[in-house]
Amino acid sequence: MATVSMTVNGQAVSGEVEGRTLLVQFLRENLNMTGTHVGCDTSQCGACVVHINGDSMKSCTMLALEAEGAQVTTIEGLAQGGEMHPMQQAFQDNHGLQCGFCTPGMVMSAIDLVAKNPNPDETTIREQLEGNICRCTGYHNIVKAVQQAAKTMGG
Amino acid sequence: MYDFNFQSASSIDDAAAKLSAASDGTVMAGGQTLIPVLKQRLANPSDVISLAGAGLSGITNNGDSVTIGATTTHAEVAGSSDVPAALRAVAEGIGDAQVRNRGTIGGSMANNDPAADYPAAALGLGATITTNQRDIAADDFFTGLFDTALNDGEIIKSVTFPNATKAAYAKFPSPASRFALVGVFVAQAADGVRVAVTGATDCAHRGPMLESALSANWSADALDGITIPTDHINADIHGSAEYRAHLVIVMAKRAVAAAG
Repeated sequence: MATVSMTVNGQAVSGEVEGRTLLVQFLRENLNMTGTHVGCDTSQCGACVVHINGDSMKSCTMLALEAEGAQVTTIEGLAQGGEMHPMQQAFQDNHGLQCGFCTPGMVMSAIDLVAKNPNPDETTIREQLEGNICRCTGYHNIVKAVQQAAKTMGG
Repeated sequence: MYDFNFQSASSIDDAAAKLSAASDGTVMAGGQTLIPVLKQRLANPSDVISLAGAGLSGITNNGDSVTIGATTTHAEVAGSSDVPAALRAVAEGIGDAQVRNRGTIGGSMANNDPAADYPAAALGLGATITTNQRDIAADDFFTGLFDTALNDGEIIKSVTFPNATKAAYAKFPSPASRFALVGVFVAQAADGVRVAVTGATDCAHRGPMLESALSANWSADALDGITIPTDHINADIHGSAEYRAHLVIVMAKRAVAAAG
């Protein structure tokens, strides 16, 4: 076992992990932060996406020890003072979710997408969300939500 | 995943020392292939030595070539104005956005997946792979299925791509994995026309028939009538050997058209 320390949603955290402990396991099982989901566990579906130092990454394909010293943001860290993040609000406004399982990863990927493409067109959104799979196939409203959020976040 | 001892290397020499001290160690860059391999218990290393803190990331363009550090991510390459457009496009087409934020050029080259994109770019541009021991020409680097010229304990430091007069990559991605069903990189390089094919065989390779046709006439039409023998072409549920052989020509034509 080794000790890992990182900052998760602004809070310094540390814990004992094995070499093979995945970041998503550390978040869910050590920190009890179950907002980050495990869908496929093969880096296909994107339900586990979190931000590492500002970039979206798949926490099922990263070791907890690789996040030593990193700034990690999960879905739980988005709302501020009881107010949803503009991307979360846009998903609600546009019914950008059905069963909701993929939603945490979709939202985290979409925030990174808009940060890097402030005015994304539909093609860009669909291409940049390639790593997130919604098995309810509700992509149409997800794209609309990202378009709305891009406007809100830009303004 | 079997457990292992995780270590962080502070430099390439430190990584080599840790690797040599381990009973059966492996180095890891972005881990976007290695972690899935470990999950499937296809590998059981005693030690996983991370290169993330080894200072091997960065891009430098000296006017004649661009040198990309081993742990530079695909996203960094795709977004760099120091990287020629054809090479940026290769990086932008790998995996998905999250994989590109973590996967690295050195990892891709060392892994030598038969359907990886970077090996085609390295062969197509006549790149040089610099390790902690020597320089290796791309033509000598990719030796077989997941096999390279790297010795035990040898770690990639950087990859240097010389400028080309014209270059482009065309890829038919698997709709599920985004790996190349077939990808073809074409270039008018300093030493002549180079064509590199990935996805079609056990690893990326040059296409001599295509190179001679394009040397005589740099146009997509020059490839009409060429038939790729199917002897060594991959066949699986995604496509037969005949289909992939056909795609080689189609992708080569698209690449030539894109290169202009």
